[in-house]
Amino acid sequence: MTKEPSALEIERNIGNFAYPETHTHDAGVGLTEKTIHYISDIKEDPDWVRQFRLKGYETFLSKPMPTHWASKDLEAIVFDNIRYYLSAGTQPKRSWEEVPEDVKRTFERLGIPEQERKFLAGVEAQFDSEAVYSNIKKAVGEQGVIFVGSTEGLKHHPEIFRKWFGKVIPIGDNKFSALNSAVFSGGSFIYVPPGVKVKHPLQAYFRINAENFGQFERTLIIADEGSEVTYMEGCTAPKFNTATLHSAVVELVALKGAKIQYITVQNWSANVFNLVTKRGLAHEDAEVKWIDCNIGSRLTMKYPGVVMKGRRARGEVLSIALASDGQHQDTGAKMVHAADETTSNIISKSISIGEGRATYRGLVQIPKHLKNCKNNTECDALLINSTSRTDTYPAITVRGTGNSVQHEASVSQVSAEQIFYMQQRGLTEAQAMSLSVNGFVNDLVRQFPMEYSVELKRLIELEMEGSVG
Amino acid sequence: MADLESPQTPRAILSAPFEARSAEMPAWFREQQEAAWTKFEALPYPNRKDQAWRFSNVNALDFSSYNFGPALSQNERDEILDRSLGLNEVAGRLIFADNQLLRRDPLSQKLLAAGVILKPLERAIIEHEDLFRRHFMAQPATLGSAKFAALHEAFVTSGTFVYVPKGVEVELPIEIFHWLHGENASVFPHTLLIADELAKVTVIEHFRSAHPDRAGFACGVNDLVIGRGAKLNYVCTQDWNEKALAIQINSTSVERDASALSLNVHLGGAYTRFEGLSRLAGEGARSDMLAVCVAGDTQEFDARTLQDHMSPHTTSDLLYKNALNDRARTTFGGLIRVEPHAHFTDAYQKVRNLLLSDDAEANSMPGLEILADNVKCSHGATSGQISENELFYLLSRGIPAPVAKQLLVSGFLNEVVDRLDHPAISSLVHDLIEQKFAHQ
Repeated sequence: MTKEPSALEIERNIGNFAYPETHTHDAGVGLTEKTIHYISDIKEDPDWVRQFRLKGYETFLSKPMPTHWASKDLEAIVFDNIRYYLSAGTQPKRSWEEVPEDVKRTFERLGIPEQERKFLAGVEAQFDSEAVYSNIKKAVGEQGVIFVGSTEGLKHHPEIFRKWFGKVIPIGDNKFSALNSAVFSGGSFIYVPPGVKVKHPLQAYFRINAENFGQFERTLIIADEGSEVTYMEGCTAPKFNTATLHSAVVELVALKGAKIQYITVQNWSANVFNLVTKRGLAHEDAEVKWIDCNIGSRLTMKYPGVVMKGRRARGEVLSIALASDGQHQDTGAKMVHAADETTSNIISKSISIGEGRATYRGLVQIPKHLKNCKNNTECDALLINSTSRTDTYPAITVRGTGNSVQHEASVSQVSAEQIFYMQQRGLTEAQAMSLSVNGFVNDLVRQFPMEYSVELKRLIELEMEGSVG
Repeated sequence: MADLESPQTPRAILSAPFEARSAEMPAWFREQQEAAWTKFEALPYPNRKDQAWRFSNVNALDFSSYNFGPALSQNERDEILDRSLGLNEVAGRLIFADNQLLRRDPLSQKLLAAGVILKPLERAIIEHEDLFRRHFMAQPATLGSAKFAALHEAFVTSGTFVYVPKGVEVELPIEIFHWLHGENASVFPHTLLIADELAKVTVIEHFRSAHPDRAGFACGVNDLVIGRGAKLNYVCTQDWNEKALAIQINSTSVERDASALSLNVHLGGAYTRFEGLSRLAGEGARSDMLAVCVAGDTQEFDARTLQDHMSPHTTSDLLYKNALNDRARTTFGGLIRVEPHAHFTDAYQKVRNLLLSDDAEANSMPGLEILADNVKCSHGATSGQISENELFYLLSRGIPAPVAKQLLVSGFLNEVVDRLDHPAISSLVHDLIEQKFAHQ
């Protein structure tokens, strides 16, 4: 069979440009204990962090690849060919003017400074291993909100940082969380004091510029009692011929009554292995909500989780995945109920185009003797071409009476009748297809903050080339 | 062989070296059995980290204490035959205990004249070698139990062979009993059924224990082959005692425009593992996979299924219902797989767990793998408990709470049983479920 032309073209090239490397710090290629010490030295880590890294390295070596359940494509990662640390200095700048010209141009092309002026409460921009820019609006800073890089967080706010760091996601959680623990650099540390509601989102932008590079940012967000915060992250990288690894660890802690909303728009280029561990801890009456949108990367494996530790805590994952030729979006959610009256909701929508593969993997756990816990899971998959693939692998454990869980999934196509109808009304086939796909994700996209939903719709602007179905 | 028949020292099944168990089997089959034994020994025991054994209590899979069981005395045979009560009207019946054939109720002359075959497996191996070799364990066990399928193949000596020729309809069901009898006895039941083009047949199997408190081990395999346009109804009532360890591996192949409906009733066993593969091999094939499970005490039921859509325009519909009491655990792992080019497939999968106690645990893993286009697929899994409103309604009509609960559970399970369009079998299944409730 001849290869069917990919029916849809997606606006992926927005991040496909690179500037020459100007790194002053380079840990070289490959990972040994020396690499760990190099990173620790450059970052002037306190001793406990160095020990943490070494333990991470040891755990990483001892853990097998999860290929007994996950994609065999993971075997294509050659850990010895990756560069684990690259930076031009460890101090982020506080104003765009101070950021080196080519880096600034990078972020300007991606529209970051403009967005900051328009609607963000704070921005951090990470270029390879370190944040080059980090700034928080004065009014927000005056409320006591801390928004800095992880390195700065662990040095200047150890009393809050150490209490939660590595507690939501332990080093040994999985092979890649161990790797991140060994070589982490960059990412955000956010602390929102009790009762403070940060009106506008805080944003971090992650950019990989160098070839063969591994980005390992580490984010820790703590929302103190009754506070609220929204965090958004975006990611891009240029298209290189070799594989790039992005392996982040993100820990969220929502204390009593707090609300954290974490939004990701991942648009890595198609050579990036995106293997990320994300988990939130929700205390009494707290809410953790992940909005996870995966458009780019070669292989994404990411299952944001919420551990509902306190009564009436709430967890939510809204996930959109778009898998085109050469892409495997292996995404999902984990909901661990650990207290009475906790509720969780998972809504996942995936679109597989051409030879793309979208996978939903889920875990819902309601252990013994809990009362009135509820979970609702809905997974919908849309297949565009006959070569497209979609999988669903949920695992649900419920113990005892007094809880209720429901899981539903469906797989469908864009209906030929719908397309025909729209063409009757004068739309081209491409426009009709685009409209149809946008309609499929629309109820999810609407939950995004306004500016992001516009951006996302533009990303899912689709262009028809071949035939329907 | 002599010590096999001696009642004092039944031979342990895992005792080395391997010997084919029956000298009457043809040499080629004995060789096949030996090869299977080698395979069994070579394959590793399952590990809970394998997706195929996730949530399963793999420690239960210890066969060291089981033996082949002594020969039954005439009294014991008579007693078991008296208790082999199933359907009143059947087309034919075979009754086995500890792998020994106790009785055979042959088919009517009319069916025999039409060419229908119902024979013990060991005779079919010789008399219908071609058919046997083509279909016996032709589908590899891919749902996790390859090792135990090999164990079965190494030791199988008895079972049932059914062949229904082209265009022949067998109206009454064919009934099969397999009993576990001796202390720590093991059985390896096998049913090989071939329904030729446009044939119609219903088969019901009963798995029973003769003694309520003797441990036993069952490791069964079924091959059900449904030819073009043929129709099969298959029912199994699994009611081993609560000491038994049981593994059952079923494979159904449904050819063009054929349809298969299976209903598995899981009631007994301490630990039971069921693997059901349904291959939709030809265009227009349809498979309905139904199951009910009543789990109590510390029972564990582990069921894995695969609806494998290999051709376009095929349909499968799975409905599994578990009612869990006490400290029981159930695991359902199901997969709908739509192969490339199997376009225009309709595939459904539903699992419903009704938790009746605080210590019961239900695990569900409904899965989909869709590699084709123009597919209608959905799956759902729910876990919940008896609705307070429904219970209140019944209580307000003066029905005592235990009766009301049982009525509601029966109602929950009946939706599945009633999908089987066979009143006599439905009523038999209802009775078995009632009996199980009465024991709880």
